[in-house]
Amino acid sequence: MSHPETSSASAGPAQLTLAGMMLGLRRVSVLLPGIVVFAVAFGAAASAKGLSLLEALLMSGLVYAGVAQLVAMEIWRPEWTWGAIAGLAFVTATVNARSILQGASLQPWFARYPRLVNAFQLFVFTDANWLIGTRYRAEGGNDLGVVLGPGLCLWTVWVLATIPGYLLGSLVADPRQYGIDLVMPIFFAAMIVPLWRGRRAALPWVIAGVVALVAAKLIDGYAFIIIGALSGALAGAFLDDAA
Amino acid sequence: MTLPDPGAWGPYLVIVAMALATYLCRISGVVLMGFVPLTPRVRRGLAALPGSIVFATVLPLIERLGLAAGLALVAAILSMVLRRSELLALLVGMATVSLARAFGL
Repeated sequence: MSHPETSSASAGPAQLTLAGMMLGLRRVSVLLPGIVVFAVAFGAAASAKGLSLLEALLMSGLVYAGVAQLVAMEIWRPEWTWGAIAGLAFVTATVNARSILQGASLQPWFARYPRLVNAFQLFVFTDANWLIGTRYRAEGGNDLGVVLGPGLCLWTVWVLATIPGYLLGSLVADPRQYGIDLVMPIFFAAMIVPLWRGRRAALPWVIAGVVALVAAKLIDGYAFIIIGALSGALAGAFLDDAA
Repeated sequence: MTLPDPGAWGPYLVIVAMALATYLCRISGVVLMGFVPLTPRVRRGLAALPGSIVFATVLPLIERLGLAAGLALVAAILSMVLRRSELLALLVGMATVSLARAFGL
C-alpha cells in the first residue's frame, strides 16, 4: 500500500486528530435523524422476520450496511442451507460493491496511514463517510479523523437504534412515508455542487449516469452502480485533459 | 466430504458471511489501488470517480423512485447552488418529496 506521493493536493502530514473527529461529527449530524429512522426500520423488519434481538444487533454491529441488511430481511428464511448462505453473501457483496470504488477513490489519502488504522476505520466506512471525506478532501483537508469520527458515531447510533425498532416493531410505519428513503440520495445529489469543476470534467459523470441507467434496466439488483461508476472513471482516464 | 447442515447456527453463519462480504468490499478498493501506480491517466480516472459514483447512484434511483424523487433531488441541488449547506439541501429535498408525494406525484 505504498507508492511515492507526488500530488500537491495531498501534501502535508497524515493527521488523525480529535479536532478532525469533531469536525466530521458536525458534518455528519444532519444525517443522524435519517440514520435513526433507517435503523429503526431495520429493527422492525428483523423482529417481523423472526430474528432474535441478539441476531438483529449482531447484524447491525458486524455487517453495518443499511441497504444490504434490509435486502437480507426481504429474503430471510427460518432454515438455512449452505447454498442460501453463500447466495445472501453474494447479494450483500453486490449491494456493497460501491464501497470498493469509494475506497479506491480515497486510497491516495488513506494509503498514508498505517494498515491497522485503515483496517479499523474501513470497518465503519459507509456512504456517509465517503461523502464527507470526499468533500473534505476536495477542500484540501488532511485529517483522517473527519472520516473516522462520523464512522464511530454512526456505527453506535445504528446499533443502538436497532433496539427500539426491534421492540416497537409494528408501531413503525413505512419509512417511505416520511421521505426517509431519500435522505442518502439527496445527500448524494447535493455533493454534485461542491464536486463541480466545469462542464468538461462533468462529461464522465454523465457517461456514468447514462451507463448506470441502462445497466439498471438490463440487470436486476445493484450492479448498476459499479458498472456506471467504472465507465465514468474510464471515460475520465481516457478523455484527454478533461480535468 | 459434505459439510454438516448449518442447522441452528444458520442465522449466525449468515451474519458472519454478510459481514465478511461487506468488509471485503470496504477494504478491497483501498488494497487493490495500492498495487496500481498513480500514472496521470489513473489520476484522471480517480478524479472522475467521485462524481461518477454520485451520478451512477442517483440517476437510476430517480428512474426507480419516480417524479417526486427527481423533483426532490433537483430542489436539493438548487439549494446547494444558492447556499452551500447540506442541512438546508436536505430539508429542502425532504420538504419537496413530502409535498410531491402528498399531491400524489
